[in-house]
Amino acid sequence: MKRALCLMLLTAFIFLSGCGTAPVRQEPEIPAKRPVGEYVKPDVTYAIDAHDPWEPMNRRIYNFNAIFDNYVFLPVVQAYEFVLPVFAQKGVANFFRNLTEITNLTNSLLQFKIEKAVNTFGRICINTTVGLGGLIDVATLNDGIAREDEDFGQTLGFYGLGPGPYLVLPILGPSSARDAAGLAVDTVVYSLMMQELIGLTGLGSPEDDILNYSLSALYAIDKRHGEPFRYFKTGSPFEYDLIRKLFLIKRQFQIDN
Amino acid sequence: MKKRLWVLTFSMLLGVTGGPAGAYDYKVDDPYVSTIVGTPEVLEWDRLPKKVDYELLGLKVFPDRPTPDVFWYQREFLYTLSYQKQEAPLIFVIAGTGSSFYATSMIFLQKAFYGAGFHVICLSSPTQMNFITTASATSVPGNILEDSQDLYRVMTLAWEQVKDRIKVSEFYLTGYSLGGSQSAFVSKLDDERRVFNFKKVLMINPAVSLYTSAKILDDMLLQINPNLTPEIFDRWFDERLAKFAEAYKLLHEPPLDHDFLYEAYRVLHKKGQTPRREDLAGMIGTVFRLASSNMIFTADVMANYGLIVPKNRVLGSADSLTDYMKVTNRVSFIDYFNEFLYPYSQSRNPGLTKEALIESTSLRSIESYLRNSPKIVLMDNEDDLILAPEDLAFLKEVFGSRAKIYSRGGHCGNMTFRDNVAYMLNVFKN
Repeated sequence: MKRALCLMLLTAFIFLSGCGTAPVRQEPEIPAKRPVGEYVKPDVTYAIDAHDPWEPMNRRIYNFNAIFDNYVFLPVVQAYEFVLPVFAQKGVANFFRNLTEITNLTNSLLQFKIEKAVNTFGRICINTTVGLGGLIDVATLNDGIAREDEDFGQTLGFYGLGPGPYLVLPILGPSSARDAAGLAVDTVVYSLMMQELIGLTGLGSPEDDILNYSLSALYAIDKRHGEPFRYFKTGSPFEYDLIRKLFLIKRQFQIDN
Repeated sequence: MKKRLWVLTFSMLLGVTGGPAGAYDYKVDDPYVSTIVGTPEVLEWDRLPKKVDYELLGLKVFPDRPTPDVFWYQREFLYTLSYQKQEAPLIFVIAGTGSSFYATSMIFLQKAFYGAGFHVICLSSPTQMNFITTASATSVPGNILEDSQDLYRVMTLAWEQVKDRIKVSEFYLTGYSLGGSQSAFVSKLDDERRVFNFKKVLMINPAVSLYTSAKILDDMLLQINPNLTPEIFDRWFDERLAKFAEAYKLLHEPPLDHDFLYEAYRVLHKKGQTPRREDLAGMIGTVFRLASSNMIFTADVMANYGLIVPKNRVLGSADSLTDYMKVTNRVSFIDYFNEFLYPYSQSRNPGLTKEALIESTSLRSIESYLRNSPKIVLMDNEDDLILAPEDLAFLKEVFGSRAKIYSRGGHCGNMTFRDNVAYMLNVFKN
């Protein structure tokens, strides 16, 4: 399964790299009427600029993600939405959102954001018990306790680490060197917790690959299901640049709050 | 819940919940605010279906046209269809400048007409990227006559594609902003070619002269600073974005369509923050500039014209476009008209003067048609920002009793207001 996926990714990368080398027009180039050299000063930082030294690779991965989304991810999500009744979809979403509160909790604590940590802890307690193991988000009801999203990328940012180079991750999308490292840490913590939980609840053996893969797959499908973003919907030839800018602004805002 | 609270506070602030019956309850009297903020949710048409099932359909309009690598994702012309199970009238809806069927206004109209029992086909604007790359004969938009011919072609093909699956009693047509102007030209074409025999056509907040309206919108940016330089603009824009970051947190996800900037202002406005006039005008100008930039760059690549990208340069799917974006953002619509659309049109039609081209992209060029076509109806506002005073006078005079002119609403700001929607639906029901 894993090998098949790797092979597919590799093929797609090679295919996409191929896209870059199109047949060159025979006619010689004629300078543009409004040439870049005249309008863009190399020493000025423009609003749309970002630190993106890996841009050619990032753009390829962005394109790959769009293709993967179109032919694999979204069809699977559509099948999921078709098969599962809406209340069950909500249950699945709440269930995983409750489990991933561990990320919010650990990172609130790491940043000494005590109020956020207390709120998150309260949410976990309420939703795990009254919310039937997290299937219902009771805590948010009636203007209750709102979810506080904190992750290790934000923690690193909180302690002054800049985002580093912009990075588009395969399948997962926009990130940065810092946030990708943060994501790796959060994923390890989450997996360790899951192993413990699987053992504790007696759902199966923590070494049960099929159970682990199924849970990961369901997690991924649920995550995509809840994400309204669609590639190339902006109708802008500069979508890559716009998304990059918005992503970086959004992350900075999350770190500052 | 929180959302509802804002709306409540907002409506109390404006004092809009009451008001005598029969009076026009859309109370936002600053056209800059209404253009951006639109209609408070409590006053929106409330008979919308919660969810409308639609199909995303694709067409190969020019099967032999190669797709440039840099636009590899634009393989076919896309449009949406929502259909009723039983026989029903079919309405075509044309989007405004730079917008696709995904635009907030388009989705609203789709729901409103579907909810009122129509089959609905939503079409992106001929100035929108997908349209330019796949369905425009020249790939150089802005000549409203040619753009309307392109629209008519895709409407005919779309109808061919769906006609075996839906039962249609009669055909209607509408569009807002530039799409409103195009509706009139499309209607005129249909009177000659008679594929649809439109029974009614509704123009919503149309531009009278594309050139004048584009100039007005271009100049909005100068309200930020009369001597606007890229540096001043960047500083202003960064400040706005910083403010919006706050709004993004309140929005579930930053909306990433081209009017995401408006959306952020809506959120701030609901919180009771009223931006300064120059910021509002600047934002309207920015949104227009982003839309026209998308159009200009796409047209430049497709036509290999050499305005921004060197002529004959082939861009790959992973090439950086950031520098081109910086240049394109500094090209106004009027620059595009003078440096691209006009010389391009002249090369195909040597005797063409600039004045003649400007005239041909104006509703004035089809004045007698508009005057003598009782099926064409207009909905507009006294304070529509994209109209010069003589444009509004022209519309009133030509349409007479077929013009419904509201006192307030700015440019399309009251389109989702309940009275306006009731009026729109009524146009097609009678």
